[in-house]
Amino acid sequence: MAGVHIIALVCALITISVIVELTRRRYIHERFALIWLVVAVIIGFFAVFPGVFNSLAHWIGVKNPPDLLTVVAVLFLLLVCVRLSWEIGRLQQRTEVLAEEIALLRKSLEDVETPTQ
Amino acid sequence: MTDAKTLVVIPAWNESSSIAQVIGEIRHSNTDVDLLVVDDGSSDSTGAKARAEGVDVVTNPYNLGVGGAMRVGFRFALSHGYDAVVQVDADGQHDPESITLLVEQLDDQVVPQMVIGSRFSGEQTYDASRTRRLAMRILAASLSRMSGEHLSDVTSGFRAHNRKAIALFATEYPTDYLADTVESIAILARAGGKISECPVAMRQRTTGKPSQSRWKSLIYLVRIFLVLGLTVFRKRTVRTAENESTSGSS
Repeated sequence: MAGVHIIALVCALITISVIVELTRRRYIHERFALIWLVVAVIIGFFAVFPGVFNSLAHWIGVKNPPDLLTVVAVLFLLLVCVRLSWEIGRLQQRTEVLAEEIALLRKSLEDVETPTQ
Repeated sequence: MTDAKTLVVIPAWNESSSIAQVIGEIRHSNTDVDLLVVDDGSSDSTGAKARAEGVDVVTNPYNLGVGGAMRVGFRFALSHGYDAVVQVDADGQHDPESITLLVEQLDDQVVPQMVIGSRFSGEQTYDASRTRRLAMRILAASLSRMSGEHLSDVTSGFRAHNRKAIALFATEYPTDYLADTVESIAILARAGGKISECPVAMRQRTTGKPSQSRWKSLIYLVRIFLVLGLTVFRKRTVRTAENESTSGSS
């Protein structure tokens, strides 16, 4: 194993343990945890068996295997960003509706407490 | 509709210097309307000053923008059974004498209807920058096409809405910053509603400055056309006011 593979393996292991810990503390939702765990496992696998990755790249027709890694990584991160944007939009909509409901509820509560208007 | 139960909704964000005067003027020329001030998360005394005038005040927990404030107003009107909602800005640029004029033009009860108080189709007492004027003209042209009605002032925030429009906007009023006036017209047009215009005189703002430099106007224009384009293609969410409160899980 070359140095770069050891680094990749260590990174994968750190990622796995951090994700597991964050999920255990309920900081991130299982849905997202699963994505990152799968990614970490795949990276770890290729770190241990770099030959598999190289032959995969050649089989697809990529001359320089690291290029494949870069392209796949960029596409994957792009997808994750889109997914997060979607999630933010949904959450924003919900907080807006909640804020409006709270405003109206507070108003009707005031009306009940001071019925002299 | 001349004997409509009317609610004047005033979305207000940090307008403590003008709010009391605006309320007073509206009361003076419209004795039979109710007023609702939506204090949109003001950090000054807007809410307290409005309360001191004895009007209903709803306070948003944080600033939601004019769209969010109006949605609160529409929901309030819906649950209190109002026939018409008139939006009036808190900075005093809308002449309260014209409120009845707008409400009188609401003549439909079958489809959502909106009457816009227009700055351009009548007297030219309102002064706007050239870029802003051009932007408004292009917007007006495209929205006129969409609604099948000649509209000259689509960014005016002086509007009257009938019952059907209140129900529609209680859930569907857009909260996108600055684009709400334009997008709401598009939403109403898509829902098969009627939109018309009524010339009114506008006054210069009593307080504050118009919030647009040339650059901002350009960005505003780009954003607004994006929103417009999206509205045409957007999937219509079929929600009614009744099932809105129960449809938490979607």
